[in-house]
Amino acid sequence: MVQLTQKAKLVDRRQMSWLERIYLWNILKGMMITLSHLFKRKATINFPEQKRYFAPVFRGLHVLNRDEEGRERCTACGLCAVACPAEAITMEAAERLPGEEKLYREEKYAARYEINMLRCIFCGLCEDACPKDAIYLSQTFAPSNYSRKGFIYKKEDLLIPNPLTDPEDYKKALGDRPAKKINN
Amino acid sequence: MHLLSIDWWFILEKLVLIVIVISLSLVIAMYTTYAERKVAAWLQDRRGPNRAGPWGILQPLADGGKLFFKEEIIPLVSSKWLFILGPSLAMLTALLTSAVIPWGTSLHLFGKDVPLQIADVNIGILYIFGVVSLGVYGIMIGGWASNNKFSLLAAIRGASQMISYELAMGMALIAVLMLTGSLQMSVIVQNQVEHGWHIIYQPLGFIIFFICALAECNRTPFDLPEAENELNFGYHQEYSSMKLGFYLFAEYINMFISSAVMATLFLGGYDIPFVNETQWGLPQNLLAIIGFAVLMAKIFFFLFVFIWIRWTIPRFRYDQLMNLGWKGLIPLSLANMVITAIVMLWKSKT
Repeated sequence: MVQLTQKAKLVDRRQMSWLERIYLWNILKGMMITLSHLFKRKATINFPEQKRYFAPVFRGLHVLNRDEEGRERCTACGLCAVACPAEAITMEAAERLPGEEKLYREEKYAARYEINMLRCIFCGLCEDACPKDAIYLSQTFAPSNYSRKGFIYKKEDLLIPNPLTDPEDYKKALGDRPAKKINN
Repeated sequence: MHLLSIDWWFILEKLVLIVIVISLSLVIAMYTTYAERKVAAWLQDRRGPNRAGPWGILQPLADGGKLFFKEEIIPLVSSKWLFILGPSLAMLTALLTSAVIPWGTSLHLFGKDVPLQIADVNIGILYIFGVVSLGVYGIMIGGWASNNKFSLLAAIRGASQMISYELAMGMALIAVLMLTGSLQMSVIVQNQVEHGWHIIYQPLGFIIFFICALAECNRTPFDLPEAENELNFGYHQEYSSMKLGFYLFAEYINMFISSAVMATLFLGGYDIPFVNETQWGLPQNLLAIIGFAVLMAKIFFFLFVFIWIRWTIPRFRYDQLMNLGWKGLIPLSLANMVITAIVMLWKSKT
């Protein structure tokens, strides 16, 4: 018979020998296997204190970016929502009023920006689509929540800390991500 | 201090010993649950409980506290009195057995020799067997009083399992008793101190006894009364709060006591292996404490083996269990008994 895979093993259907029939020897062998695991490296890590290494290309939770002066980059163009294959992004645009120049980078901004983390498939197409480097996927993942509503992330959940008022948190959130080239 | 011709010192001494032994078995049972979880985790490449206190050593306290705060439910259709009696009986019989185990030689305190054994009765082994077989009533009554099909099935399983394994256990023991010539626990230990451990003379008897001890404690691979997948936790399915805690706790105390019994009967009890400690010239109290520590080390070894087996082998099917008990262990232990008798007779003739 031609074997389909190399992993296939023939089942041994020989009669059990006396030693095998009394089981004690086989049980002893099994116990030695479990005993050897006592000294093996643990597969678990102490999670909250220790974290696994994520590759730089890891696609985790979304972050709404700001520029160096702390202004929101998003212009609510809607390209990310169009690109999103899971239709997880909802936004509402608003016009920047005089006096809000320090808050928003351009004349139009997102008044409401929501991502449904239960719909999101973390493909990163929104990051690719964004012409303003306003959204990117960070290296953390969405924490658990008690209700479905809790998984709809609002703008304040997504925004990166302000680099002017909160420079340390901003740096931490930014990590070692290189800035994307944008045409203004 | 003799009042009404009662030796009050004697009563005080025994009371203190009882308190110490019972609290010791409770504490060890508590930490066996912790060891169970830790060893299980290690055998499966996990870490086990490590959040409550350093290395998680407060975990048993947290578990106990949780059980205390759980809602106490007594099913309407259950017979209330028996329902409460079940776990109490399980706990009581588990604690009773420790009375005849010699925990060490005697301490010299206040000008008196205090033997580290609560009651050195001359039928020590029979007492243990009597109390252990009472333990099945805890399961039986609990399962019956719950008025639940699963619980009742589990109770029947537990009862028949205990009966069939107690036979083989007793017969494996008879060979040991023939070697010693006494049912008294302290004499059995003394015999081993002088002539070497019984496990050397009775390896088969020891294996049979060990297998039966697993079955008596309802441990894997014989944990049919609490088979999770087929009986929904078996006889303690309807129990909650500390009544459930009593059942679970009694199991661990039983484990501890049966480890102690095995260490006493087959591994020489408080005897230190390979040396003759009486020639060291150490004070009596120190020797007694060392002996106690050695016994504890043997008990902990057995406890580890219990846990180790639990996380290695799967559960027996019910008919396999009965086959092993009646067709395997009983004839084997009978043969062991007869062969021991023949060898002893032959030796006494020459």
